[in-house]
Amino acid sequence: MRHLMNPLDFSVEELEQLMDLAGDIEAHPEKYAHACEGKKLATLFYEPSTRTRLSHEAAMLNLGGSIMGFSSAASSSAAKGESVSDTIRMISCYADICAMRHPKEGAPMVASQHATIPVINAGDGGHQHPTQTLTDLLTIRSLKGRLNHLKIGLCGDLKFGRTVHSLINALVRYEDIEFVLISPEELRLPGYVRKDVLDKQHIPYTEVVRLEDALPTLDLLYMTRVQKERFFNEEDYVRMKDFYILDKKKMELAPQDMLVLHPLPRVNEISVEVDDDPRAVYFKQVQYGVYIRMALILTLLGIHVE
Amino acid sequence: MVENRLNIGQISEGFVLDHIQAGKSMDIYKYLRLDKLDCCVAIIKNARSNKMGKKDIIKIECPIDIIDLDILGFIDHNITVNIIENETIVDKRKLRLPKEIKNVIKCKNPRCITSIEQELDHVFVLTDEENEVYRCKYCEEKYGRH
Repeated sequence: MRHLMNPLDFSVEELEQLMDLAGDIEAHPEKYAHACEGKKLATLFYEPSTRTRLSHEAAMLNLGGSIMGFSSAASSSAAKGESVSDTIRMISCYADICAMRHPKEGAPMVASQHATIPVINAGDGGHQHPTQTLTDLLTIRSLKGRLNHLKIGLCGDLKFGRTVHSLINALVRYEDIEFVLISPEELRLPGYVRKDVLDKQHIPYTEVVRLEDALPTLDLLYMTRVQKERFFNEEDYVRMKDFYILDKKKMELAPQDMLVLHPLPRVNEISVEVDDDPRAVYFKQVQYGVYIRMALILTLLGIHVE
Repeated sequence: MVENRLNIGQISEGFVLDHIQAGKSMDIYKYLRLDKLDCCVAIIKNARSNKMGKKDIIKIECPIDIIDLDILGFIDHNITVNIIENETIVDKRKLRLPKEIKNVIKCKNPRCITSIEQELDHVFVLTDEENEVYRCKYCEEKYGRH
């Protein structure tokens, strides 16, 4: 039984296969339209999420399967005090695969230990969000044509942003990767990521505060939102939230083939005037999120389509 | 005349845990769950030591395969483990860091699933042997010794 807990659960070779499959799904969606007929996906969302839950559900529906689940802890037996392990034992009797989001870190791993169906970690607190990382990788590979030889700017909240940490961990496995870490001093990439991941593997990186300084040399700009819930006081949040605003004028500094990614939702860190720029690919990224989850569901269920 | 020396008899089969940091023997008694064993255990506190000034010693008389001593490697690898058979030391075991520790230390991350589901085992995994780093199996929070 295979689960997905961490983006690094898949080797680089396995990821290639997964992304090849996602590419084939994109090219020939009709071939996969009935691949999961008779199969059920349970979405166990102990906290609300629009994109992640709906993209898993869309993926299963696109494959001809059906869906069930709950979208908040209040509407599940967790409200009655049921443990994750008991819930997953029950769900294993109803569904063929499940995607779990939980505010507590490690909850999906607990589920995977008691499940008799594959479990997908759809986000556990500030810990892991592997399907977002797979989405980012597929977007980059599909639109850049490669995952190596890239100079990547990571901008915004690099301190608390788990998508940034996961993406760094995933990308350092490829050749000739360089990072430009763009953040205010207060939201710098934590020391343990710089030391344990970048320094340890001799990955080149620079840290800058001004987005304008980094833009001209980037292959890729990954923007993130400053998350209000991470701040202890309103004043700090207000000061940080408008620190970076990518607008048309700044985009003029960027190379013509630089891509702008964002895990979404955005607040105001990317001005809506940038949306029409062909380099802004964050909505395409959402579509790739569905393809990679379709590929993931097929892979975890062991379904092969000829 | 009352002899003023403290003598503990020899053991025929078991362990002598020597060079325990003074005052730590009761912790080790607890970690090794010696209270669960139906055998003779002697704890010597604050014994004189040329090397350490003072030290603790634990003598355990039991079959040598019934205690998992790996946890000692996590607690303090300066402890000397002497293995006794037929009343003589037959081996000195080198302590190594256990790959996994179960229910010895607790995860202190308030966001960890173990903080709300009390029946879960607290499991830590050795992720960096060189720097002796253990992380919670569930949330990957690093265990801080201090």
